[in-house]
Amino acid sequence: MAASNQFVLACVLAGALASSAQAATLRVAPGADAQERVQSALLDAKPGDTVALDAGTFAFTDGLSLDVDSVTVTGAGQGKTVLSFAGQKGAGEGLLITSDGVTVRDLTLQDSKGDGIKSKGADRISFVSVTVEWTGGPKETNGAYGVYPVASTNVLIDKVTVRGASDAGIYVGQSKNIIVRNSRAEFNVAGIEIENSTDADVFDNVATHNTGGILVFDLPGLPVMGGHSTRIFRNQVVDNDTANFAPKGNIVANVPVGVGVMLMANRDVHVFDNDISGNQTSAVMLVSFSRSFDDKSYNPLPRDIVVRDNRLGRNGWLPGLPGGKMLAAATGGSLPPILWDGVTTYAGYGGPAPRLYLKDGPVLNLNLPKAGEVEAAKPTVTASLGSPGLPERAAVVLPADQDKPAK
Amino acid sequence: MMRLAALLAAVLSLGAAPEPAPVALDALLADTPAPSLDTYRLFTDQGARAPNAGLTPYALNTPLFSDHSEKSRFLFLPPGTQATYAATGAFAFPVGATLVKTFAYPADLRKPGDRVRLIETRLMIHKPQGWVALTYVWNPEQTQAVLKRAGARLPVSVIDHAGKPLTIDYAVPNTNQCKECHSLSGELAPIGPKARNLNGDLAYGPRRENQLAHWTRAGLLTGAPDPRIAPRTAIWNDAAEPLADRARAYLDGNCGHCHNPEGMASNSGLFLHLEETDPAKLGVRRRPVAAGRGSGGLEFDIDPGRPETSILLHRMKSREPGVMMPELGRSLVDEDGVALVADYLRSLPASR
Repeated sequence: MAASNQFVLACVLAGALASSAQAATLRVAPGADAQERVQSALLDAKPGDTVALDAGTFAFTDGLSLDVDSVTVTGAGQGKTVLSFAGQKGAGEGLLITSDGVTVRDLTLQDSKGDGIKSKGADRISFVSVTVEWTGGPKETNGAYGVYPVASTNVLIDKVTVRGASDAGIYVGQSKNIIVRNSRAEFNVAGIEIENSTDADVFDNVATHNTGGILVFDLPGLPVMGGHSTRIFRNQVVDNDTANFAPKGNIVANVPVGVGVMLMANRDVHVFDNDISGNQTSAVMLVSFSRSFDDKSYNPLPRDIVVRDNRLGRNGWLPGLPGGKMLAAATGGSLPPILWDGVTTYAGYGGPAPRLYLKDGPVLNLNLPKAGEVEAAKPTVTASLGSPGLPERAAVVLPADQDKPAK
Repeated sequence: MMRLAALLAAVLSLGAAPEPAPVALDALLADTPAPSLDTYRLFTDQGARAPNAGLTPYALNTPLFSDHSEKSRFLFLPPGTQATYAATGAFAFPVGATLVKTFAYPADLRKPGDRVRLIETRLMIHKPQGWVALTYVWNPEQTQAVLKRAGARLPVSVIDHAGKPLTIDYAVPNTNQCKECHSLSGELAPIGPKARNLNGDLAYGPRRENQLAHWTRAGLLTGAPDPRIAPRTAIWNDAAEPLADRARAYLDGNCGHCHNPEGMASNSGLFLHLEETDPAKLGVRRRPVAAGRGSGGLEFDIDPGRPETSILLHRMKSREPGVMMPELGRSLVDEDGVALVADYLRSLPASR
């Protein structure tokens, strides 16, 4: 009796172990009814499972969505598994993810009508070796964002390529604890944008042929505000020379062509060890938010900013700013590579002037009395600006199971 | 002898029309959804016209526009259970409660109820661990509805309100898309049966009665006040009601399920549910954040006094994915809704 009980127990244990350890792979091949077959796999997947999309082109008629935790969606490689949304009839993005612990990897997503891949409120979200592109080149009618995690904690974007986004190629919004690395953003309006987010490391990326290379912004009136603590280092921010093609009304529609790094209304941003060249307006531009806002909690000034030890090539020869040509002529034919609007206060603010350490230079300070009042500029140029001592945040660390150390 | 008795019994029971079997609560609560709608016995006929005992019809003062489909709604409550009134948000429903909604089209939109084709029946079932959404798509013969989890596109041909043929590219949502609207802080939840949506009259057989009063009288609802003091959503297409109330009701029913602080579009900061009172959050002179080409080159969600330069109306008038709002639930433009919201935007004072 006892023996048989033990046998039963052993079987139950073995069964339990097997079921918890046995992650299934749901494999889907391209072909007819791709929409239903892939979406079904995304619905059927259990936590721990992998949805594997074979090599080839999948043509979709609607958006796809995933709402199961800890699922990996993988293809056979960038450019090998292609998810085409050229025939999409509905939904605001190609793939929408709303669950935690998801990884999307090794695939290409093309021509979605809205955003490429969006994740909303999805913690521990990873995009690895993914390409999102609009194949008709830069166009106002392309979707806004390529890879678009929003309202997430722990975001990994690694070896991602985005081209053609009419807003930002790689966009992280209202999120916390973020790594963007080894990625390439080209022919977008903004290459990489970190917005209303906290604790981000952006490194070893290439941002080229965008309107602006790397942007760190904070905007008013959003559920998550007060973005801070971003480090931008070891990036190639070169030849951002695509005319702005963002639809009017969007904040990035105001980014002048040829900006390497643009920092607006954010705090504790450190820009160092980057190669920044071939940007006709500015290598690094610090500006305050110049539109009207009601939000009492909002600080429109860039502050606690460090720009140091970057390798600056030719920048600023044809600034796309109001009065830019005159400015350039006044400063020897080319704008100094580092530009600050010089705004130190705003309505209702009585605090000290922003702390900056702009070690790289020369620095052009426009000394604007108020955000956006370019006609009142009293430009001065100095070799550098501010003094060292602003603390730099430690490296962003993601949970070990999300960002496995390289072997 | 035995044979004769059996025969007699059969004949007798034919004459007495047997009680239909009750709603299959066990099937509703089973872990695995039934592949076919009839398993649940929510209806006593094959074509889902005759609700079984325990189902109560209901209607919303201002529903979502769903490409001109006719929607019939029923609430099923397990025997002996009640919903609990809430002044805001959906009522609290007991486990086993099921919301049943059928989408259908008459052959001619000018003749509602005539030659009706059922498209899909959606269920929201309250299970012990939370709500579950399921969609059953009707066959062309209209004899069976089968579970469809991954969504579908169905062409539907009708005669439109102007008497012209119209083909609608009807979208059955996938299970995740159900949740895009039916969600509160990431959890699936009912959105229709709120006090203010149900505070209106409905015909129960030959007599009309306020739904809150009826539910209370029928023992389906506990804790409800007199309907005259309960909150109430305006009826969007009742010209006798104030314009602002009708427009806000329309925006609530068509946009507010995502555009609220706990909804799918919370990150936009644009909140259109009826409870929102801050003009900036309601979109007045609000600049878009992540609208992309949805902005249509315009500066503000609502440009007060100027519907033609308001992004909100631009997106209502679009049929293009990536631009159109809502993102789901329609492929056509709701011309009447557009006209109502345009009138409302025009009525807003242009200066702040």
